[in-house]
Amino acid sequence: MTVVRISDDALALACGADAVAAAFAAAGCTVERTSSWGLHWLEPLVEIDGRGFGPATPAEVPAILAGTSATAIGEIAAHPFLAGQTRLTFARAGRIRPLSLEDYAATGGWRGLDRARGLAPEQVVAEVMASGLRGRGGAGFPAGIKWQTVAGAPGARKFIVCNADEGDSGTFADRMLMEGDPFQLLEGMAIAAHAVGAGQGYVYVRSEYPHAIAKLRAAVELAAGRLAPFTVEVRVGAGAYVCGEETALLNSLEGRRGEVRAKPPLPALAGLFGCPTVVNNVLTLAAAAHILAAGGAEQYAALGHGRSRGTMPVQLAGNIAHGGLCEVPFGLSLGELVMEIGGRTASGRPVKAVQVGGPLGAYLPPGRFDLPFDYEAFAAAQALIGHGGVVVFDDTADMAALARFAFQFCAAESCGKCTPCRIGSTRGVELLDRLCAGSGSFELLEDLCETLEYGSLCALGGLTPWPVRSALRHWPADFGR
Amino acid sequence: MNTSDLAAILARHAGAEGALLPILHEVQAAFGCVSSEAERAIAAALNLSRAEVHGVVSFYHDFTAAPDPRPHVQLCRAEACQARGVEALVAAAEAAAGERVRLTTVYCLGLCSAGPAARVGDEVHARLDEAALVRLIGDAR
Repeated sequence: MTVVRISDDALALACGADAVAAAFAAAGCTVERTSSWGLHWLEPLVEIDGRGFGPATPAEVPAILAGTSATAIGEIAAHPFLAGQTRLTFARAGRIRPLSLEDYAATGGWRGLDRARGLAPEQVVAEVMASGLRGRGGAGFPAGIKWQTVAGAPGARKFIVCNADEGDSGTFADRMLMEGDPFQLLEGMAIAAHAVGAGQGYVYVRSEYPHAIAKLRAAVELAAGRLAPFTVEVRVGAGAYVCGEETALLNSLEGRRGEVRAKPPLPALAGLFGCPTVVNNVLTLAAAAHILAAGGAEQYAALGHGRSRGTMPVQLAGNIAHGGLCEVPFGLSLGELVMEIGGRTASGRPVKAVQVGGPLGAYLPPGRFDLPFDYEAFAAAQALIGHGGVVVFDDTADMAALARFAFQFCAAESCGKCTPCRIGSTRGVELLDRLCAGSGSFELLEDLCETLEYGSLCALGGLTPWPVRSALRHWPADFGR
Repeated sequence: MNTSDLAAILARHAGAEGALLPILHEVQAAFGCVSSEAERAIAAALNLSRAEVHGVVSFYHDFTAAPDPRPHVQLCRAEACQARGVEALVAAAEAAAGERVRLTTVYCLGLCSAGPAARVGDEVHARLDEAALVRLIGDAR
């Protein structure tokens, strides 16, 4: 019987994968639901004996089975979009059934945890340190140093908190990992728990990800024996973007308003319920599973660019022809990602701007496509790589409207604790409206940006000026200048 | 509001650490809102003041004070969906929703390479054009 593999990732489902799967089942095929390869423009992508067909529709099923379909793309693993990638964190993407413990073990699952548990905790920390792994949530803080701080902090109870509140527009790697390879995240959390002496972990997932929540909950149940004595609980956010900020997330987990806490104290010393806590992004913890497998740390450290080591799961999004998941070593240029791998715009019009790093990231023009994907190189260009989202806009984009949206988004999502963010964001919207109507002062706008940047408690207020300023700097004509 | 259902939710979380959000999610799902009576009962069960509970309820977009029985469609209007043209669909979506459907904005469903995207219940939809979005809103139950 023909075995047909179709992803049950949320994006595949949103593009109609269930109807395609049902049509193959009705045609007498055995349908396996797998993780997604991340070739999003081809979803629903159908795989038969390693060969792909996409985007597939129920009407196309007879032609696919007869071998006459025009949607054939040949061998999936050899596809040019994948051939240039180095998939470590996403090594299993497309290749496994997400909730199959058998598939997980057969693809190297649990090797990192088994090896880590045979090592002293300080050796585990040393390996993460040696790998050069930095936090993938956005700040890029060295994971090994965070783990070492928690390991050395006094406390009867310690926690591992996975930040899965992936709210940045243009990002979906956390979602894909939780839906496609949830055991890897749990393995990484258990490794972190061993390294710092934590007994309990929480995954804080945003409520906008119902499929990820369901998969994770099922995975926690299936893997409980493997993880023991470490336990994991999945907690669901409630629609607050700011809870992706680690201290707001901790407040939310404790059952409070998701307001940012002043630092110090650092969560590593006084985090969840006042206890030493590792707060790491999904991709950071998942990478630890690879790093702790034999030879993983050396392999990771050998890849990358400057102080950005290893690979980054870049997410190609927005108006891009070949959108999807692109895990590559740090150092590729933005132009290679957008123009070559991403295949330029989906609309066929010229690229005008690219926003990297989510709603708080700078807008960059094609003139800056030489920038290497690297934390320090982006920082030097007054930009950030954040969580690795790359959102492409064509020449119909109105950069003044996007700058206004940055303030509007900040006003909608501000936790309200600090004044620059709570009030400054609304004043920013009003000011941009005046500027676009021909009145208002650009000097005042810069003053406001400076107040937000230096006066806000967290990155939401502190970085909102970045998309605003970059839009004004690179496209003054859109502001009537 | 059925008080025994509420009591069962509270009993299920008795003694759990930081249980307020999980409780509020269950209450919102069961009753369609977190009413002032529910706030009082939750506050009593968790040894909090009602103000503390209300502060949390009112902070998060997912919790509402009054039920809204209409079908709910969430349309993503974040940057990546804007780049793919969602703003041009908004007027038609609002017209299709009318008073029958509760149409709200969500910032990001994580389908950013295939927008415009929308969510109805736990189902997600991508690559929406005007006709598909209008049909989706018309079919929302």
